[in-house]
Amino acid sequence: MKEKEKTNWLLTILLSVIAVFVILGPLYITVVIALKSPSDMEHILALPTSLHFENFSMAWKLTDYPRKFLNTFFITSINLVFTILTNSMAAYAIIRNKDKSRFFNLMYYYFISAMFIPFNVIMLPLVKQASAFHLDNIYGITLIYIIFGLPMNTFLYSGYIKSLPVALEEAAKIDGADTFQTFWSIIFPLLKPMSATVAILSFMWTWNDFLMPLVLLSDASQQTLQLAQYVFKGQFSTQYNLAFASYLMVLLPVLAVYVFCQKWIIAGVTSGSVKA
Amino acid sequence: MNKHRNNHISPAFYLMVVPVAALFFLLHTVPFLKGIFYSFTNWKGYGSWEFIGFKNFLQFFKDPSIKQAYGFTFQFALSATVLVNVLSLSLACGLNGKIRGKNLLKALYFLPYMLGTLIIGFVFNFIFGNIIPGFGKTAGIPGLSVNILGTSKAWLGVLFVTVWQSMAFNTMIYLSGLQTVDKDIYDAASVDGAVGLQRFIKITFPLIAPFFTINMVLSVKSFLMAFDQIMAMTGGGPGTATTTISMLIYKRGFDGGQFAYQSANAVILFLVVASISVFQLKILEKREAKVN
Repeated sequence: MKEKEKTNWLLTILLSVIAVFVILGPLYITVVIALKSPSDMEHILALPTSLHFENFSMAWKLTDYPRKFLNTFFITSINLVFTILTNSMAAYAIIRNKDKSRFFNLMYYYFISAMFIPFNVIMLPLVKQASAFHLDNIYGITLIYIIFGLPMNTFLYSGYIKSLPVALEEAAKIDGADTFQTFWSIIFPLLKPMSATVAILSFMWTWNDFLMPLVLLSDASQQTLQLAQYVFKGQFSTQYNLAFASYLMVLLPVLAVYVFCQKWIIAGVTSGSVKA
Repeated sequence: MNKHRNNHISPAFYLMVVPVAALFFLLHTVPFLKGIFYSFTNWKGYGSWEFIGFKNFLQFFKDPSIKQAYGFTFQFALSATVLVNVLSLSLACGLNGKIRGKNLLKALYFLPYMLGTLIIGFVFNFIFGNIIPGFGKTAGIPGLSVNILGTSKAWLGVLFVTVWQSMAFNTMIYLSGLQTVDKDIYDAASVDGAVGLQRFIKITFPLIAPFFTINMVLSVKSFLMAFDQIMAMTGGGPGTATTTISMLIYKRGFDGGQFAYQSANAVILFLVVASISVFQLKILEKREAKVN
C-alpha cells in the first residue's frame, strides 16, 4: 500500500559525510592515539604503525581503574534500581491522591517546583550538609542521586500514571490486595515504558556526572571514573597515549551499551522529554 | 458510605511518599534554604560570621569578576542556544528526508549525547592544541597555527564543543516533532503552491513549535549552568575570560573563602534561571492553548 518513495541520494551522502567527519572523527582520533606509542605521533592522524595495548594496562594501573570502575558501577546500578522503585512509588501515591488530599497535592507542587533549582545553586551548602551527615562517600552520593531524581521523575511518571484507568486498582482491591500489592502487581508492570526512560536518564546522569563527584568525593578510594580523569590530568600531562587509553576505557562501557540498545535509548530519551 | 470510602486514603500511600519526601527536604530543601540564609552573612566557609544584610548583593555591582562571569555566561548561553537550535533543526529536517540508512545516521548523530562532557572536552583539547595548529602550520594559515584555547577567542573553542555535543539531543527532539507532522498536509500545501522554505516557515514550523519550546527551555537552562566542558578545556582561562557563573561559585566558594558571597551569587543564578524557565513555559502554555 505504501508508496515507494525515491531516495534522495544527495542528502544521504551529505549527511553520511558530515557524520563520518564531525561525529566519528574525534572518536577515531581517540582510538588511534590510545593505540600509538609516543614515537609514532609525528603523523597524528595516521593509523598506528604497531598497536600498543600496553597504554591500556598502564592507564589501568595508574588510575586504579578497577576501583574507580566498581565505584561508578555501584553508584550507577544502585541508583538505577532504587530510583525506579522509590520514585515511581512516590509518584503513584502523589498522583492517585492529589485530587482528594491537600497533603498529596502539596507534595506534587513541592517536587515539581524543585525542578527549577539547578544543582549548581545548592552545591555549596549541600557539601557542608553532606559532610555533617557523613554522606561524602559513594554510599552517600548514591542516596543523594536517588533523592535528587524525585522532582524530574515525579514529573515524568505523572502523565503516565494519570492515563492508567483506576478501575484496575479497584478490581485488585475487591480481590483483597492491599495498596503495596496493588502497586507492585498491577501498576509497576504497567509503568515499564516510562521506567525504561527513567532508567536511561538515571544511568546517563550518574555514569557521566562530574560536578557532584567533584564536590562530594575527595578521597581517592571513593572517586568515580569521570572524576579520576580530571584528577589524573596533571599526571597524564603530555603522555597523550596514556591519557587517551584511559579516556577510551571510560567511554567503552557506554559505547557498548549504546551499540546494542541505541534504538531503545533514543526512543526513551526523546519520549521522556516530549511527554513531559 | 461509598463516598466515605473513596475519601479514605490508605496509610500505605503516606509510606510511599513521606520517607522520600523527608529525605528530599533534608538533602535538597534545607541546603537551598541554608544557601539563602548564608547569602546574608559574611561566612568564609569556616570560623565565625555575622549578618551583613544585603551587602553581598550590593557588592556584585562593583565586582569585576561577577560582571565578567555573568557577561561571559550570557554571551555563551545565547550563542550556544541559537547555534544549537538552528543546526539541530536543519539536521533534523535532513534526517527526516527521504534518505537511506536513516536508523544508522540517527544513531550516529545521537552518539555525542552518550559521552561524558568532561572527556569530550579533553579530546577536543588535544584536537585544538595539537591537530589544528599542526594543520594550520602546514597549510600556512596563521589563524589556525595556534591553540585557540590559549587566545582571546578561547570561548569559540568551548562553544564549538558544546554545540557538537548538545546538537545530539536537540536534533532527536526536533526529529520526533517532525515525525508527528502528517505527510498529507504537505500534499495539500503543494497544491496551494507552498514549497521549500516557505512551506517550512508557514506550515512545518508552527506544527513543531512545542518541540521548539522544549528545546529552548532545556538548552538555555543547561548552557547557563555550563561547567564540565570549561573545566576540561580552559579551566576558566585564559585569565578569567571563560569563567562561567557556576565555575565562579565552585572556585571561589570552596577555595576562595567566599562561601557566603558565592552563596549570594548562587541565589541570583537561581532567580535568573527560574525566571527564564517560567517565562519560557508561560509562552509554551499560551501557544498550546492556541493550538487546542
